[in-house]
Amino acid sequence: MKIIVCVKQVPDTAATMEVENGNISWGDAPLIINPWDEFAVEAALNLAADQGGEVTALCLGKEEETEAIKHALAMGADAAVLVSDPALKGSDTVAASKVLAAAITKIGEVDLVLFGQQSVDTDTGLLPVQVARLLKWPSLTLVSKFKEVTPAEGSLQVIRSMEEGNQVIKSRLPAVVSVTKDYGEPRYPSFMGIRKASKAEYPVWTLTDLGIDPPSSSISWPEVNKPVEKEIVTEIIDGDTPEEKAKTLVEKLIAEKVL
Amino acid sequence: MTKKILTYIDHFHGKVQSSSWEALGLAAKIAADNGGEAAALILGEGVNDLADLAFHYGADQVFLADHAILKDFRPEPLIEIITKAANDYQPDVIIFPTTTRGRTLAGMAAVDLDTGVMVDVIDLDWKGDKITATRSIYGGKLLAKLTCSTSPEIITLRTRAFDKPEPDTGRSGSITHLEVSLDPADQATTVLDHQEKASGVSLTDANVIVSGGRGTAINPTLTPPDDLDEAGAEVWKAEQGFDLIQNLADVLGAAVGASRAAVDAGYIVYDHQVGQTGKVVSPDLYIACGISGAIQHLAGMRSSKVIVAINKDRDAPIFNFARFGLIGDMHEILPPLTAGLKAYLEG
Amino acid sequence: MDFGLSEEHHMVQRMVRDFAVKEVAPTIQEQDRLGEMDPQVLPRMAELGILGITIPLKYGGQGMDYISLGLACEELEAVDTSLRVVISVHNGLTCLTLLQWGTEEQKNKFLVPLAQGEKIGCGAFTEPGAGSDLSHLQTTGKIDGSCYILNGEKMWISLATAADYAVVTVRTNPKASKAYQGLSTFLVDLHSPGISRGDLHGKLGVRAGSTGWIAFQDVRVPAENMIGKEGEGFKVTMSAFDSGRYTVAAGATGLIGAALDASKTYADQRKAFGEKISDLQLIKAKIARMSLDYQAARLLYLKAGWMKNKGLRNTRETSAAKWYATEASFQAASEAVQIHGAYGYSDEYPVERYLRNAKGAMIYEGSNEIQSLIQADYALERRQDKKLRKESPPYDHESWT
Repeated sequence: MKIIVCVKQVPDTAATMEVENGNISWGDAPLIINPWDEFAVEAALNLAADQGGEVTALCLGKEEETEAIKHALAMGADAAVLVSDPALKGSDTVAASKVLAAAITKIGEVDLVLFGQQSVDTDTGLLPVQVARLLKWPSLTLVSKFKEVTPAEGSLQVIRSMEEGNQVIKSRLPAVVSVTKDYGEPRYPSFMGIRKASKAEYPVWTLTDLGIDPPSSSISWPEVNKPVEKEIVTEIIDGDTPEEKAKTLVEKLIAEKVL
Repeated sequence: MTKKILTYIDHFHGKVQSSSWEALGLAAKIAADNGGEAAALILGEGVNDLADLAFHYGADQVFLADHAILKDFRPEPLIEIITKAANDYQPDVIIFPTTTRGRTLAGMAAVDLDTGVMVDVIDLDWKGDKITATRSIYGGKLLAKLTCSTSPEIITLRTRAFDKPEPDTGRSGSITHLEVSLDPADQATTVLDHQEKASGVSLTDANVIVSGGRGTAINPTLTPPDDLDEAGAEVWKAEQGFDLIQNLADVLGAAVGASRAAVDAGYIVYDHQVGQTGKVVSPDLYIACGISGAIQHLAGMRSSKVIVAINKDRDAPIFNFARFGLIGDMHEILPPLTAGLKAYLEG
Repeated sequence: MDFGLSEEHHMVQRMVRDFAVKEVAPTIQEQDRLGEMDPQVLPRMAELGILGITIPLKYGGQGMDYISLGLACEELEAVDTSLRVVISVHNGLTCLTLLQWGTEEQKNKFLVPLAQGEKIGCGAFTEPGAGSDLSHLQTTGKIDGSCYILNGEKMWISLATAADYAVVTVRTNPKASKAYQGLSTFLVDLHSPGISRGDLHGKLGVRAGSTGWIAFQDVRVPAENMIGKEGEGFKVTMSAFDSGRYTVAAGATGLIGAALDASKTYADQRKAFGEKISDLQLIKAKIARMSLDYQAARLLYLKAGWMKNKGLRNTRETSAAKWYATEASFQAASEAVQIHGAYGYSDEYPVERYLRNAKGAMIYEGSNEIQSLIQADYALERRQDKKLRKESPPYDHESWT
C-alpha cells in the first residue's frame, strides 16, 4: 500500500505572534510539525505496518524549513518529498492544492493520501478536500478510525465525524482522508528515527520538476493585525448568601439579554 | 457589485444547522444593501419543506434538489449539483456555514469554479465594490483581512459570528427544482451507518455553555462511598459537581464544557474540553464554574460574548475576563441559580 | 566555535519534552501530593530509550551524544525533578560509570540490560555518617575467596527500592595509608541475599520520586563485579559524580526555565495597581534575573557536555555548572513563588513544587559547599586533574551508532 501523508510546519503553538509591516513573525519560537499532522502520520504508519507498504511524507514549504518532514521521518516515514519554489509564496489553498495534487501524481500509484484535519496556523482545513477534488478522488474528512482497509479490493471503510454524530462510510481507493485527534495519540520519534531523519536526504521538487506553471491565487491577505484586546469591566456580584448571589446573577443575565 | 448571493443550506437529514440561517440572513442583508437577491440552495432527500423556511429566513428564491442519492452527506454527488447550479445561476458570492459539511463543499466548489474560499469568516464588509472578510488565524492570535479576486467569491461563515434573523413567516418566493441525473453506481462512496452522538448539545453549536474545572471536585461536604480509593473518591466528587453543571445546562439548553485540568484529572471525557487543546467556542454566555482560568482555557473561550465566573478564589485569573464574577462555592451557588433561571425561563 | 544545537538535538529536545508534558505533567501535582512515583514512568522512559540515551548502540543504548543527555535532563526537570533524578542515578551514576570503568564483560552483562531499561540502576555512595566526606565512608567489603562480603548501610539513595543494580563504593582496605585509597566500587545486584532496603518519607521535595536506604548484611558480591581495580573506588566514584553532576546541572537549568515560564505567564495575566504585574519594574527585575541565570546555567552545562563529547576531563566545568545551576534554580523557584504571591504558595500552581524540588540538588551529588571548594582549589591551582587509568569515553558517532 502506498501512502502519502501531507505535512506542514507551523510556528510552535506557544509562540507569541507579531505583525510588522504586514509580515507575520513569531520571534525565536521554533517551527514544529503541524500538531494535527502527527495524527495523520501515526495513522499512515499504522496502516503501512498492517497492510505492508510505505509511507512518504509530502511537504510544501521553504527549502530551509524541514521540521515537518524531519519529524515525520523520525516518527518512521520511509521517504519524503519537499516541494519548494519561490513562485509559491502567497499561494492560497487552491493553488497549494494544485501543487500537492501534481506532486502526488508525480509520485504515482498512490493508494491513500492522508492529511491532518487542518493546520494550526491558517486553520482552513481545505487542502484535504481540494486536493481530493483536483485528483477526482473521494474525500473523507475528519476520520477518527479506519475500520477496514482492503487495498486489494481498492476499498476502505472509515468512521468520520460530523456535528450530529459519526458516519460509517465505505469508499473506493485511492482516496484522500483527513485524520482527527480522536484517531489516537501519535508516537514520539525514536532516537534511532531522529538520527535517521537528521541524515535523511530527500528530493526537493520545483514547479518545473512537477511540470506545472505557478498556479494563480484568488485569495490575498491585504491586512493582518493583532486583535484589539477588548476591555472587560468585571462586575463582582455580592450577596450575603449563595441564594442572594444567585438571585442577583439571574437578574443581571436577564438584563444582559443573553438567555 | 455584489448582486447575486447564493447560500448553501446545510442540514442533516432535513434538520437545518442554524448557522445556515445565519448565513442566509447575512446574504439577505448584503442583497438588500446592493439591490440584489438572495438565493438558497437546498439539497437532500425529503427537503421540500425547507424551502419555506428559507424564504422565512430571507431567501428570495430557492434552488432545490430532492433526491434519494442526496440523502446522506457525501460531498461528491452534492458538489456536482452545487457546481452545476452555480454555473447556471452565476452568483457573485456563495456563502456556506462553516460546518464540517459546509467547509468541505466550499473547498470543492472553489476548485470546480476556479476561485477561492474565505473560510471561517467572523466579520464581513461589503461596502464598496469589494468584499473584505475577516478571519482569525494562528489560534486567534491574529486577525487577517481577506479579499478574493475571482468570481464567485466563496465564503464560509463561522457559526454564531453573525446574527440569526427573525423568521418572517409572511415571506415566500420562487422555487427552482434542479435536475439530478447522477447514477448511484458511479458513486465512489457508500454511507453504511450513522452513529448518533451521545446526547446533549454540542459545544461548538451551543449558545450557552456551562463549564466545570477542578473546583467540581472540591466539595468537603460530600462523603464519597466507602469502597472508593482516594482517586476514585475525587472523581466521584467531581461527578457530583458536574451533575450540578448538567442541571443548569439542561435548564439553559446549554452544552457542558470543561477545563483541561478537569479532563486530565478524569472528571469528564475529552469531548467536553474547552481551550487551546480542546474546542474553541464563542457562545453568547459562558458560565465557568470552579475554573481558575489558565491561559490555555482562556484561549478557547475568551471570545464568548458574556462570561460569568463562579470561583471561590477571588484572585482566579478567570475574573479578569468575566463580565460577572461570583466569589463563592459553585456547589452552593449552582442549585439556587438553576432554580432561579428555571423559574424565569418557564415564565 | 559553534553555539548552535544540531537538528538532531532539537528533535531530541522536543521528543523528551513531548513525553514529559503529555504523560507526566498532567498528573505530577497529584503524584507529588501522594508522595509516590507514577509506576508508569520508568517503563515508559525505558520504552522510549531515554534510559539508555547516551550509551553506544552495541551496549544496548541509543547512541546519542552527551549534549542530548543534558537536553533530555533539562526537559525532564522542567516538568518535574523526579524525572531528572532517574536519569542522574540510572544513566549518570550507573550506566556512564560502567561505560567509563567497566570491563567488556561487565558492560555486556550489566550495561546492556541497564541501557535497554530492562534493569534499573542507582548509585549508593552516601551513608548515614558520610556524605560530603566520602573518603571516610564506613561500609566494608572483605575479600572471601572469589567474593567480597559487604556490610554497612547506604542512605539517601534515589531509586533505592526501584533499582535492580547499584554502583556501591565500600572500604576494602581499612589499612590504606590514605582513607580514600582504601575504597573500591562494585556493581551489586540488589536482589542478592543480605540486602534490605526501604523508602524514606517526609522529604521536603522530589516527592514524586523515590529516595531510600540500602542495608548490606554479609552480602556476597563476586570479585568480578568490582568496577575498576581494588583501591580505585574513590576515583571511580568521582568519575560517577562527573557524570551525575552534569545531569543535575542540566536538570536544574530546566527548572530555572520552568520557573521563568510560569512567572512570565502569570505576570502577564495578573493585574495589580491597574496594570499587568509584568509591567512593574520589581517584577521585571526578577524575570530578568531568571532569564540571565537560565542563559548562564545553560552555557555552563552545554560547555561541560561539549567537553564530554570530546573526551576532555570536565570535573571543574561540571562542578561549576552544577553549583551555579542548582543555586540559581532555587533562587528562580523562590522568586517564581514570590511573583505568584499567595497562589505560588499553594499547590494550585507548580512553582511551590519547583521551590521544594530545587533544594535537594544543592545538597546531593556533592553539596554546593563541596563544589565551591573544588572551584576554589582549581582557581588557586591547588588542584590539578591527573590522568585517569580509564577516562570518560568521548562521543564517537561512528562507533556509538
